[in-house]
Amino acid sequence: MSDSNDGIVLTEEQKRRRRARSIAIAVSLGVIVVLFYLVTLVKGPAVLNRPL
Amino acid sequence: MSLISEGALSKPLPSLAEPSLAGVEDYLALLKPRVMSLVVFTALVGLLVAPGHVHPVIGFTALLCIAIGAGASGALNMWYDADIDAIMTRTLRRPIPAGRVQPGEALAFGATLAVGSVLVLGVLVNWFAAALLAFTIAFYVFVYTMWLKRSTPQNIVIGGAAGAFPPMIGWAAVTGDVSLAPFLMFLIIFLWTPPHFWALSLLRCDDYARAGVPMLPVVSGLDETRKQILIYTLILAPVGITPSLFGFAGLIYGAIAAICGAAMLYLAWRVYRDREGEVAASAARKLFAFSLLYVFVLFAALLADNLLARLGFGFGLAP
Repeated sequence: MSDSNDGIVLTEEQKRRRRARSIAIAVSLGVIVVLFYLVTLVKGPAVLNRPL
Repeated sequence: MSLISEGALSKPLPSLAEPSLAGVEDYLALLKPRVMSLVVFTALVGLLVAPGHVHPVIGFTALLCIAIGAGASGALNMWYDADIDAIMTRTLRRPIPAGRVQPGEALAFGATLAVGSVLVLGVLVNWFAAALLAFTIAFYVFVYTMWLKRSTPQNIVIGGAAGAFPPMIGWAAVTGDVSLAPFLMFLIIFLWTPPHFWALSLLRCDDYARAGVPMLPVVSGLDETRKQILIYTLILAPVGITPSLFGFAGLIYGAIAAICGAAMLYLAWRVYRDREGEVAASAARKLFAFSLLYVFVLFAALLADNLLARLGFGFGLAP
């Protein structure tokens, strides 16, 4: 089994940027969830029952 | 029987990529936010002047998807053009040539957003608008970026269609179809694109030549480019007024479009006339700057004219 120090060790800057990217992804996913929720409210229960 | 051969195990594992140093701002830069602002604005106008009512949430969703789709096109363009971006001074500091974003990351980012924006637009708004958005993204990436840009000086003439579709998509998001009015909006942006980009290319001719991009001034020379700018502006100026002539806009829009068209024509004439030294560069810079204003003013006037007409203050030419 290899020593844990053999792996990639992120610098503080890399950790900071990875955290910023993760937060951005989380916010984007949250926006999509809210968007689908709002559109479902606006369109009503027939949102998926419509002709293509 | 083993699924992995012994030989495969003896080979060294592929080296892992360096941990990414890309910040959120680098991914935002991949979306070409300045181009996106024009796309969002023209799409907003297309959406608001379309007949019928759209719920604000649905309208916002449509605009968001169009913006994300345009951004995805930009990211895919930067992925494919990273080699020439690294040569040109104007694009040298973009995230991929600067080494902050790996090409594969940009490709995955752009492809995900492209597919996502089309699917969300289709599911939440309508599939006709989604099909138009998909076509626009595909046209920009496959036809313009991968094919035309490096092969013909007509690259931005034909490729300009991709930038002209957003108002049509905005209109389609409301009505579910397209008609003459969104086609006229398409035509204005389509005819505006060549003088706009060729004015820029007059200033960046050496950059394009070094990168091997066959822009018109590189292939046919500066004088031919000046002539083509004038010809396209001569066509654009009257086409800019057509929404009033066909009754889709009133006299207010028509007057503003006529004044802006005359100003653009004057600046194009200056570019055609002044061919030497700083005077020539200044003329090209002024045309480039005004062309940006031109398209924003025309679409803002179209929106204002339409809103006034809906409020009962219209001065229309139509019966």
